[in-house]
Amino acid sequence: MMFSGTKQSINKMIPLGVLVSSFVLVSNFLASPVLAAPAELGAVKGDLTGGDPLGSMQWPDMKGQFFEADAKTVFDSRIKVTVPLFAEDAMNVPVSFDASALGNVKKIVVLVDRNPIRKVLEFIPEKAKPALNFRFKLEQASPIRVAALTESGVWHVGYAFIEAAGGGCTVPGATRADGSWPQTLNKVAGKMFDANQLRDDARLRVQVSHPMDTGLVAGVPAFYIEEMILQDKNKQVLAKLYPFEPVSENPLFSFDFDKKPVGPISLVGRDNNGNRIDAKVTQ
Amino acid sequence: MNLCKAVRAMFAASTLALAAGPVLAELPNIAKPTPDKTTLDYGLKATKLAGGWYVIAGANDDFSQVNGCNIINTGFYVDDAGVYVINTGTSRLYGEQQRALIDAVSKNKPVKQVVALNLHPDYFLGNQAYPTEALAATKLTIQGIKAEAALYETNLYRLCGDWMKGTESVFPAQTIAPGKLNNFGSKAIEILELKGHTDSDLVLFDPESKVMWAGGLVFYKRIVTTPHAKLKPWIESLKKLQAMKPKVVVPSHGPVSWGGEAIDQTLDYLSWLDKRLTDAANMGEEMNDVMKQGAPERFRSFAAYPAEFYRNVTNLYPLYEKQALGGF
Repeated sequence: MMFSGTKQSINKMIPLGVLVSSFVLVSNFLASPVLAAPAELGAVKGDLTGGDPLGSMQWPDMKGQFFEADAKTVFDSRIKVTVPLFAEDAMNVPVSFDASALGNVKKIVVLVDRNPIRKVLEFIPEKAKPALNFRFKLEQASPIRVAALTESGVWHVGYAFIEAAGGGCTVPGATRADGSWPQTLNKVAGKMFDANQLRDDARLRVQVSHPMDTGLVAGVPAFYIEEMILQDKNKQVLAKLYPFEPVSENPLFSFDFDKKPVGPISLVGRDNNGNRIDAKVTQ
Repeated sequence: MNLCKAVRAMFAASTLALAAGPVLAELPNIAKPTPDKTTLDYGLKATKLAGGWYVIAGANDDFSQVNGCNIINTGFYVDDAGVYVINTGTSRLYGEQQRALIDAVSKNKPVKQVVALNLHPDYFLGNQAYPTEALAATKLTIQGIKAEAALYETNLYRLCGDWMKGTESVFPAQTIAPGKLNNFGSKAIEILELKGHTDSDLVLFDPESKVMWAGGLVFYKRIVTTPHAKLKPWIESLKKLQAMKPKVVVPSHGPVSWGGEAIDQTLDYLSWLDKRLTDAANMGEEMNDVMKQGAPERFRSFAAYPAEFYRNVTNLYPLYEKQALGGF
């Protein structure tokens, strides 16, 4: 079941009703914004939420924290954000997003309102689709935002709500389930998957060995991958990814391409301790 | 003369019946629990199986406050010397109510041994109701219980609320070695320590009555739980259980089954799941997609579907993904 802190902290954080209801929600799998958002909240709440369709009063604060003062943001449900119905493993919550409907996207930022560390990653699509799949650590039930910057200079914000019982980020001893990382630190495994009956695009899946410590567990400093740059055979940049602490241990990312890149694909990057990542992803 | 013959015939008939007695001809109607949340009464019922075994059935469902989180099948065996208990349920209250039920059925015989078939919380959190020296489990199970008990308590307090009042883990002191069970009454029981659902899955098989306590290896009409699972060893373990040809199988969760049906069903699901996750990983599918596609129709009527299926994917898919990418 869900990891958690002390009995006290759990009781403070999550009303039992939320947890019970998350087990009762057995109909539609996909928690689309329409299905997941409580019906009574919405833009009618007015200024306190800054027009947030999920009705989160943290949105104005987040907007101020992560975007420039004069930045133009608009909520946009054309950005598909897929999350599970509930976060069974709060340390590994799968998220997929796809902002292709917007056309050309310069940059994507993923934020989680109620995480102690809100920024999950930044993504510069370059030659990849503005789409990604990854797993991250969730502290408690929260909205998740996928903000995509188009060439017009507008941030289009996709969103979803993830149900969870909490305790993803601050559980002692559970930040690194895999104790073998000293032997494999920054080693890379990956594969290119061709288009198939499920998917029109080529998909590259890349996994890097890394504990991805948040720094929120007493005695364990933050230790996470900061930069990942995918290159094709000619060292042309395919995509740039900047993960932050909330990305899960041994992170596995899926990149989709309209046009299959020419391999071998390589990955260069580093973690916040200056350790380099430099490996072939595919042959 | 005719009377004597008649009496002798009756006597012979009844002896014959006794000799064939231990093995059931059909599955009895298993009484379901009737929990009452306002009085915190689990409404436990014991149903007699063959060979002196009783099963105390749990609800076939997911944990909830309504069912008191009693979704586990526990049981006991009574002989002249005493009572032998399998699993003590999910809380102190369950253990106490189970004990009261057992005392009523056995007419207060002493409880000689209490076995936890694996490390999961609903197998041992009722231990407070029993003498500590009677509590037994395998070495690996005891280690697992010690390591994870605090986490289980926290999770179940959160899920089950007041039902868990006053529950504190009591660790088994006696170690069971596979092969023979000491002090399990007058019965000669086969004890197997297998793996797959957890690292130590204890199975008790009574060769006389052919009743099998399959523990967490077998789920019937209920999606399996996989927090500690390894599918391939689990599938191998089930094949071993099939070969023993039990007449009655008591799964950890779900109704008691006649013959090996529950074993076959669990094997069907696990084989499907193993193949599904392997194929998905080889096609580059991501976790949300695998969950979204769901399971085939024949599994959709099982209790705890789809939530438990989502948990299976969450628990197990990362390993398949890593393997498909070649590992580090």
